[in-house]
Amino acid sequence: MGRPVYLYILVMAGVTYLIRMLPLTLIKKEIRNTYVKSFLYYVPYVTLSVMIFPAILMATDSVWSGAAALAAAAFLAYRGKSLFQVSTAACAVVFILEWVLDLI
Amino acid sequence: MDDKIQQFRYGLKDGVPIGLGYLAVSFTFGIMAKKAGISTLAAVVMSLTNLTSAGQFAALGVIQSGAPFVEMAAVQFIINLRYCLMSCSLSQKLDRAMPFFHRFLISYGVTDEVFGVSACREGVLSPFYAYGLICVAVPGWTLGTLLGAVSGDLLPARLLSALGVALYGMFLAIVIPPARGSRILAGVVAVSMAASFLFSIAPVLSGISSGFKVILLTVLIAGAAAFFFPVGEEQKGGKG
Repeated sequence: MGRPVYLYILVMAGVTYLIRMLPLTLIKKEIRNTYVKSFLYYVPYVTLSVMIFPAILMATDSVWSGAAALAAAAFLAYRGKSLFQVSTAACAVVFILEWVLDLI
Repeated sequence: MDDKIQQFRYGLKDGVPIGLGYLAVSFTFGIMAKKAGISTLAAVVMSLTNLTSAGQFAALGVIQSGAPFVEMAAVQFIINLRYCLMSCSLSQKLDRAMPFFHRFLISYGVTDEVFGVSACREGVLSPFYAYGLICVAVPGWTLGTLLGAVSGDLLPARLLSALGVALYGMFLAIVIPPARGSRILAGVVAVSMAASFLFSIAPVLSGISSGFKVILLTVLIAGAAAFFFPVGEEQKGGKG
């Protein structure tokens, strides 16, 4: 490692902060254009969905526990449970299922 | 004044799953940073100042290879460009009368998760709600890095595996309820997941980095949805 680590960290932190900060500070007005408004409205749903699947299947030690977590979380979310409830239930399902799988 | 405290409290509460999920992911990051020969302090400073998962994991390889700073900047730019889309989206959720300095502070905390929770909240976004989220997310991310770097075997593997789905569970809790009330949103969610799956298995496409995949699919799918199903004023809030 030739270059100092902290300079790398400074560079990456700077780039990342600018990416986040510029749109938030430069776009001050409400966007009137219906197409742009609609696009920005759909952005979080697409982004989050793309990040959920299939990544959730790879997040745990076994594909099956990931799939079970997906099913449990989707069911509870559909029933309107809170972020915390859905999230902890998904974790609990993985924990219990992997424990059972280990016993078999 | 009371409203600010109340919003901050809501943020703290909704931030708990974020903090837990971060703890698991950053724990792994801490272990890998140590393996890459980066000091514990540097790993913690990196987590505190960057607050980004994919970007930090990629940075380890860049630092290890001793690449030029320009390369580091380019890697971070590409992987984290999705935050630009998120910030554009968030800019429309903020109250225009809000003091300007809040925008600089919120910017620090625009992660996939903080954004997801904030953007899908009904109505105008209070900066104090975002601060609540950030106040739980940042300690989770930083502390996890520290624990991972100091002691890779502090948490049992099974617990780490279980915590690994916390963030995904939270994402599902964000996208599914509004999709229940809107066939368009349900379709958008389904198409996005299917496309993401396709990108992970198809030749060539699977070679695309995860950060760029998010950008590409977001622009394509949100762009198409906005074209075919423009959102009117009265439809906001996922009830279209």
